[in-house]
Amino acid sequence: MAKITYRHPNGTETVVDVPVPNTVMRGAKINNIDGIEAQCGGSAQCGTCHVYVDEANTLPLPAMHESEDDVLYGTAAPRRATSRLSCQLPVSEEIDGLVVHLPETQS
Amino acid sequence: MAAPSVVVIGAGQAGSDTAAALRSQGFDGRITLVGAEGVPPYQRPPLSKQFLAGAGGGGDLALRPASFHAERDIEFVARDPAVRLDRDARRVALASGRTLGYRHLVLALGARPRRLAVPGGGLDGVLTLRTLTEAGRLRDAMRDTGRLLVVGGGFVGLEVAATARAAGLAVTVVESGPRLLARAVSGAMSAHLLAEHRAHGVRVLLSREVAALHGDGAGRVREAELAGGERIAADLVLVGIGAVPETALAAGAGLAVDDGVLVDRHLRTGDPAVYAIGDCARFPDPRTGRPLRLESVQNAADQARCVAAALCGAPRPYAALPWFWTEQFGLRLQIAGLGTGHDRVVTVGDPRTGRFSLLCYRGERLLATESVNRPADHMITRRLMGAGAPLPTPRQAAAPGFGFKEFRQTAAV
Repeated sequence: MAKITYRHPNGTETVVDVPVPNTVMRGAKINNIDGIEAQCGGSAQCGTCHVYVDEANTLPLPAMHESEDDVLYGTAAPRRATSRLSCQLPVSEEIDGLVVHLPETQS
Repeated sequence: MAAPSVVVIGAGQAGSDTAAALRSQGFDGRITLVGAEGVPPYQRPPLSKQFLAGAGGGGDLALRPASFHAERDIEFVARDPAVRLDRDARRVALASGRTLGYRHLVLALGARPRRLAVPGGGLDGVLTLRTLTEAGRLRDAMRDTGRLLVVGGGFVGLEVAATARAAGLAVTVVESGPRLLARAVSGAMSAHLLAEHRAHGVRVLLSREVAALHGDGAGRVREAELAGGERIAADLVLVGIGAVPETALAAGAGLAVDDGVLVDRHLRTGDPAVYAIGDCARFPDPRTGRPLRLESVQNAADQARCVAAALCGAPRPYAALPWFWTEQFGLRLQIAGLGTGHDRVVTVGDPRTGRFSLLCYRGERLLATESVNRPADHMITRRLMGAGAPLPTPRQAAAPGFGFKEFRQTAAV
């Protein structure tokens, strides 16, 4: 179980406990959090589960795979240095406390 | 007077997304989502891939968590298909005998697999794949069999062929047309997929028709007979020859139907209270004006949002860019746009490396990008095409060293 905070574009946030194993994308889906579409179901195809990892984050996130990097070239909201596909971020005890910001739009 | 109510018929991707989008867009009237199946809405793409390969149970496929409908005050009606629509009374009757009144009705009825109309087409072991139930049946059958015949070289057929081959089955694909995925991709991409399947040991027969299926004494399929007489042993047959849109409910209520429920650019039928979306709907292609019916997750999801916006008082014409994906033997093919009618193809990258894109042009106009293991090409095409931004000309794309990432930077969009 890890606590994940999803911060919405309007400044509100949703904090949920996400069971392991899961991804940050699934954590949003199973908790009914709007703002993550994941049209492809989590296979790094569609770019509709885009998040910005909080800039102050120091938790150990996996390195970005080339295909994730490629998909991030076409997200609907602008790509930033902190952009990730949430389907490619596995939830583990090690990322307990992770904060991600949801973009204005996913598609 | 009761709050305005929306009844959504069909609980697949399009129907489920409509209900969800209505709530997230602020609709506060009653929402009823009516499904024919006994399970909550689920994802279909994994049914021919991960699910079939044995990974994950049905619960992993759920589109939304179990608590979703209750939390959003959406009534979800399971296992109760709509059987009759009375537009004058604005009521829809369900199989159980229950009737639902509506202010607005959204038909998200989907499509059903086309049957193989040959002798023996009804034998045991002849299956189709559209629903979770069918996928479970196919998965179980694949465990007990060694020889699979796939009829049809479209998305479903090829994905099942690849999954089954990877699981060690002997697989034959019989396609009646001269090439694979003919309706969806360019000839060059068909050829690449053909080579890929053959390299993995799938026997692929093109321009061949199944004339009959023969069974054993117990009524179970054992053999296919092709036109011309060739016989192929098979303990299991998957029929993937396309799907027929579910239009009976609409036609029965006097709505216009022509291989799909006909809708305008706002996805509305001739009755302003009735919309149709997803696999069952035929809408004007915003790029050509021609009537178009698409079976894809993208189309279902985007049409759902479009209808929800209209019902929330913010109508806009449907204009989303079509895109598709498939995975076969680890090959990831992504298609952005519709290549129908292209007259030349420019290759970006080297197909021998397994990473390349085919750009389908009509004259100077890019109609579609078909990308194999090059997601950036796909994503950037989607973004630029969707925004109406300049796209690479054939000359630019054919130049040595062309790359979508660099193009997008220089185009500054």
